[in-house]
Amino acid sequence: MKLPISRPLILGLVGMVVVAAGLIAWLSIPHPTWSDSEIITLRSLWIGSLPDLPPDLTNRYADDPRAAKLGYRLFFDTRFSANGKVACATCHDPAKQFQDGLPLANGIGTTNRRAMSIIGTAYSPWLFWDGRKDSQWAQALGPLESAVEHGGNRTQYARLIATYYKDDYEVLFGSLPDLSMLPANAGLVADSTAKAAWETMSQADREAVTRVYANMGKALAAYERLIMPGSSRFDAYVEAVLKNDTQQMNTLYTPDEVAGLRLFICSANCLQCHNGPLFTDNHFHNTGVPIIEGLPEDTGRAQGAAQVQKDEFNCLSIYSDAKPADCAELHYMVADGEDLIRAFKPPSLRDVAERAPYMDAGQFETLTDVLKHYNSAPEAPLGHSEIHPLNLSEIETSQLIAFLKTLSGPLSTSQEWLNSPGGTGD
Amino acid sequence: MSSMSLKAVSNTAGKIRRFPMWARIAGVGLIVVLVAFTIMMLRMSYIPDNLDTSATLMSEQGSYRVSYVPELSPVPINQIQTWTLRVTEPNGQPVEDAKITVDGRMPQHGHGLPTVPQVTKYLGNGLYQVEGMKFHMPGWWVVKFKIVRNSMTDNVTFNLMLN
Repeated sequence: MKLPISRPLILGLVGMVVVAAGLIAWLSIPHPTWSDSEIITLRSLWIGSLPDLPPDLTNRYADDPRAAKLGYRLFFDTRFSANGKVACATCHDPAKQFQDGLPLANGIGTTNRRAMSIIGTAYSPWLFWDGRKDSQWAQALGPLESAVEHGGNRTQYARLIATYYKDDYEVLFGSLPDLSMLPANAGLVADSTAKAAWETMSQADREAVTRVYANMGKALAAYERLIMPGSSRFDAYVEAVLKNDTQQMNTLYTPDEVAGLRLFICSANCLQCHNGPLFTDNHFHNTGVPIIEGLPEDTGRAQGAAQVQKDEFNCLSIYSDAKPADCAELHYMVADGEDLIRAFKPPSLRDVAERAPYMDAGQFETLTDVLKHYNSAPEAPLGHSEIHPLNLSEIETSQLIAFLKTLSGPLSTSQEWLNSPGGTGD
Repeated sequence: MSSMSLKAVSNTAGKIRRFPMWARIAGVGLIVVLVAFTIMMLRMSYIPDNLDTSATLMSEQGSYRVSYVPELSPVPINQIQTWTLRVTEPNGQPVEDAKITVDGRMPQHGHGLPTVPQVTKYLGNGLYQVEGMKFHMPGWWVVKFKIVRNSMTDNVTFNLMLN
């Protein structure tokens, strides 16, 4: 029987099929050991590779235990809000990995973004999804003045400090200014009455009140610097790998988790953004996450970059304790360009399985949804996405999720800092 | 063997269904595209075998010998850092009056540095201070210095393999 196609073509096709089958077979065989370069990668993700926390030069109180103690009490104090019901801990709940488990944060009203966890953020040069703040203390001051979060204002907060925290404040920061002649509610806020009252105040008074406000942020940051991730099952596994203890490796990880880890560090390109012991590069990436209808336009880092450069509390501001030469991140930041459009900061993946929903506005409910997105890599609704389709099988997706679940673990922060202090309104 | 089969096919021409000319051209075109795409993907995803990662190189046109010394060694990931660049004539004479600009990228990922580093100071003796260097991913990076002197431009590109 004669075929309508030539023998070389058949041979060629058969050859291609054989090569493809061989490749698939090779890829699907479990590789029980890690190569030298993979071990280097595993070590780079290990919690033991987390460097000592660098000093925060913008905050001279950052490592003062008295400031941390004051910040801890402020963090849980609901009096610092418009309705007496919202504290930092409302959206950054220590029982929920310092976030709230909601797609959009809920304070006085509803915000346009998901609350980020505070864990390990002392290592980040940029705060918030768009990096519009460049220190933990500057970050802490944003929600306090946001109409939909704490909803308060600067003179209100300065008065609360004078009423409830005078001694603790003054021992650190010196005398409080005389607030008796100042409006009860005044600040750079959306509320027009408070804003108008702020504008009637003298420049000196505004600066004195703002100084108190900045110091509140610095105390809060001194506390937040203590919130650090601890060792997870993944870290124990890496330790076993580093000791070449096969038995221990097999005890700690199932074959699926090993396969998931291999996907994570190799073909799934996860390290492109989620690298280092905190599983984030703290930079900004557009991964084509969909826009939620009804929310205002969000250009991510593009707007955050512009905001941080003129931020009242940035590294170069009069409220920062840093010298201009210490502000390298701000000075040499990428300030514009298409890459910044809808680029958001990748959150740490430590404890990721405990922190649904996912993305900047909680677009995805489960890790499966997240991986479905990365697997298909749709075009970005705005700007351009950095990711390419992964073409993972369903089994591979479940292996990757099995691995991600091994990144959960207790905080290294001692329990005394995680319980509400009580008696301060919480 | 194969010539015989080809003959057999051509002998039976007209009796069996053959691929029309447009299909053959399209087929060849498709194969060319696939091969080109594969080569491109391989180039994207693989690091050249003999990647030169030396910290001292001659510039492209041989005008300068250039070396860099990072502030921290090995070069860390996700940490802003200062480098010192040493520029001399091939004979070792320091180059004093060069205008130097910096650019960096990851050839496999098609993105640049997370910062905009700058040469901020001439330190004397052919040494230039480069501030704002930062790498946010492990892997293969290239860092290119453009050296302009007396309106003549020469470039030098270093390869870095970061872990």
